[in-house]
Amino acid sequence: MTQPLLDVRGIAKFYGARIGCADVSFDLWPGEVMGIVGESGSGKSTLLNCIAGHLEPDAGEVFFDTRVDGMKDTLLMSEPERRILSRTDWAFVHQNARDGLRMIVSAGGNVGERLMAVGARHYGDIRARAIDWLGRVEISESRIDDRPTAFSGGMQQRLQIARNLVTGPRLVFMDEPTGGLDVSVQARLLDLLRSLVREMGLSAIIVTHDLAVVRLLADRLMVMKDGRVVEAGLTDQVLDDPQHAYTQLLVSSVLQV
Amino acid sequence: MYVAVKGGEKAIDNAHAWLAEDRRGDPSIDVLSVAQIREQLSFAVNRVMAEGSLYDPQLAALAIKQARGDLIEAIFLLRAYRTTLPRFGTSHPIETEKMSCIRRISATFKDAPGGQVLGPTFDYTHRLLDFKLAADGDIEEAELASKPLDEAVPHITNFLNAEGLIQQEPNTDTEPGDLTREPLELPANRALRLQSLARGDEGFVLGMAYSTQRGYARNHAFVGELRIGDVTVEMDIPELGFSIEIGEVEVTECETVNQFQGSKTEPPQFTRGYGLVLGQSERKSISMALVDRALRWKELGEDNLGAPAQDEEFVLYHCDNIQATGFLEHIKLPHYVDFQSELELIRKLRREAQSHLQTQEAAE
Amino acid sequence: MSEYNFAYLDEQTKRMIRRSILKGLAIPGYQVPFASREMPMPYGWGTGGVQVSAATLTPDDTLKVIDQGADDTTNAISIRKFFQKTAGVNVTEKTAEASLIQTRHRIPEVTLREDQILVYQVPIPEPLRFLEPSEVETRKMHALEEYGLMHVKLYEDISKHGAIATSYAYPVRVEGRYVMDPSPIPKFDNPKMEMAAVQLFGAGREQRIYALPPYTEVISLDFEDYPFEASKADHACDLCGAENSYLDEVIIDDQGGRIFVCSDTDFCTSRQDQTKEEAA
Repeated sequence: MTQPLLDVRGIAKFYGARIGCADVSFDLWPGEVMGIVGESGSGKSTLLNCIAGHLEPDAGEVFFDTRVDGMKDTLLMSEPERRILSRTDWAFVHQNARDGLRMIVSAGGNVGERLMAVGARHYGDIRARAIDWLGRVEISESRIDDRPTAFSGGMQQRLQIARNLVTGPRLVFMDEPTGGLDVSVQARLLDLLRSLVREMGLSAIIVTHDLAVVRLLADRLMVMKDGRVVEAGLTDQVLDDPQHAYTQLLVSSVLQV
Repeated sequence: MYVAVKGGEKAIDNAHAWLAEDRRGDPSIDVLSVAQIREQLSFAVNRVMAEGSLYDPQLAALAIKQARGDLIEAIFLLRAYRTTLPRFGTSHPIETEKMSCIRRISATFKDAPGGQVLGPTFDYTHRLLDFKLAADGDIEEAELASKPLDEAVPHITNFLNAEGLIQQEPNTDTEPGDLTREPLELPANRALRLQSLARGDEGFVLGMAYSTQRGYARNHAFVGELRIGDVTVEMDIPELGFSIEIGEVEVTECETVNQFQGSKTEPPQFTRGYGLVLGQSERKSISMALVDRALRWKELGEDNLGAPAQDEEFVLYHCDNIQATGFLEHIKLPHYVDFQSELELIRKLRREAQSHLQTQEAAE
Repeated sequence: MSEYNFAYLDEQTKRMIRRSILKGLAIPGYQVPFASREMPMPYGWGTGGVQVSAATLTPDDTLKVIDQGADDTTNAISIRKFFQKTAGVNVTEKTAEASLIQTRHRIPEVTLREDQILVYQVPIPEPLRFLEPSEVETRKMHALEEYGLMHVKLYEDISKHGAIATSYAYPVRVEGRYVMDPSPIPKFDNPKMEMAAVQLFGAGREQRIYALPPYTEVISLDFEDYPFEASKADHACDLCGAENSYLDEVIIDDQGGRIFVCSDTDFCTSRQDQTKEEAA
């Protein structure tokens, strides 16, 4: 491993005079999970969307180690190039499963879509892989032809994860993957995510306001406030020995709960 | 021995002959003249001209007669005729502030220069069937006003404009596109949207406008001004080197004044919707103004509420009644072939489902 | 009818349509927007095909018009008459004699030649339309070759019905690039689309023209283990005995009695005539 998978430099996004995020630089190495925490409005989702190509930042570069051309600024890619990237090497798990699923397509079809988008043309294989992935996210094979509308919130989120991971992406973006779920459902999902991350050696960027999520999943951590990174480091270090006053507040407020 | 049905050609000829006979109706009743339709069914004529995009009361009346009063069919006749007409050029924009109004009302100001003119309206008629009309009763002549109307009838929105209270509509010299000469591509600009709405189906545009009033992208419209009257049409004649008046057309114009909270970039101010329709058509022009306003959400930095009237593609692709009626009615054309393929498929699927069921039962 | 130009449309309009046709031929399967004119026949009844034919016809052409494979269905007659009146061209019911064939819903059974043009009437040119209603979005999907959704539809069919449940207007991929709607022809006709004749598709109401140059690769979408099948009713024609032609089912009595006859009327009558000749 001589170079990072992702190299983010000087990302900034403004909404009129208001700062969305500014001056954010970091790198991500293969197999590494980066957590981004902060309260709502801290700019963490803006940052994630800028990096993932859903929002156009006003400044900065996002280099990704592409299979063919090596390090390449994804912000300068053409739209087709970026779309190919986002359905092959990249994956995006939305907070709201409805944003990441096709609600009128069966669970099997949802998982199979990415495979078909990259050229899979054998129904039996596609179905077998869908069944395998449903199993990995603990959805019974018998539900394969049901639509996600018939699923609980936790199941929908697990289905979304299966749909994203089925093509073996090299980088996964997650936006509050456990947000909006019941606490018990959250715990199960976190467990599942942790084992998937370990088994697959996933590289991921996870945005969350929940320190428990990063404690469990992230190797490294960035803390954001008012659009800027106020502290960054190894997860355990930052959480156990927070340096910035705001991080101290975040950590202590969790401990008090 | 089965013999395939033939003789479609003869059937078509016979159908046309029968249609003509039905159109005439009972021959003991006087035949309806085109002039009678033009003069006495003027709202029908107006609608056909507006949605046919052709100002010619005589031809519109003929089309209504030929279509036996089916106005969409009449509009279709006029449109098909219109496409074959040569284009001599483009007129200057009509100047509606110079309109000789027969009606002009404002819901926003009690009085304004030029005054309110009620004009010939159904508004305050009691909707009681008038049996005198059934008896061919002649009417008494309406009384003439003691003095003529002011010649200058400024637009009421201009007063708000002067105060800076209403959104500015900058003048541009860009030539608007022509829906009938270029394919509609989206997003369309406002000129094209207005063009499309002006010839759009009255019922469709009315329904869309009504939906905004009931909360599907509500925009709090007041009729700032509604005016009906004649305007002159002027055109440059290259051979002459100057412009001349080539005639007068009657139009209905509606400007709405809409509430607006202001956005990130704009201070609170009123906004506008605009409707202009050939002939007298209040309902259509008011509807058009409301839909125009609803479609402007993006330009005004408003939220897309997902309402049908805000969806440019939905409105523009479905407001044309000639397109709609043609496609709708085409499903009565023969579809033997596609239906046959569906028949075979459904039989095959049922056979497979049946044999699947049987294998299952056998296994159990 | 001297008051109208040859084949009804004025020359300006024809030139505009020809440019769109040429563009379509240059990018096979790509839907070219064109300024469709309002024709003296209803939208949905072949206004696109008629405009393409009008822009393609020359006074020396021999025209054949079919609807559902038949020359004598009312709308085919009506369109044929329209061109007889406005263009004065020769018309024929014989596929082999025609230089230009306008069709709705069928490809003739007889193999077409390089010197022939086949014009299709198209109701909805967008193969992705019923998966994605927005035109803005589908144009983007074509531009970026995002066709995964198309196979999702086929996948859903198989998971629900055990087979691909599309029997007509069966989507195809052209030269490995554009996914195209072949117009509502039965899927039986799909393999014929790799042909020697020029194929032009006109959608009047939707303002689109697209085209296939001769010998273009046209592949019907499918899965390796659920291959495309050009199916037809499992019968022979009860009139001419053909076993390889697409059949219409005709109900002949109150007891549900039915026979199967060729949908291509010219093909069927030529075969019957030939049998009679041989017998004589």
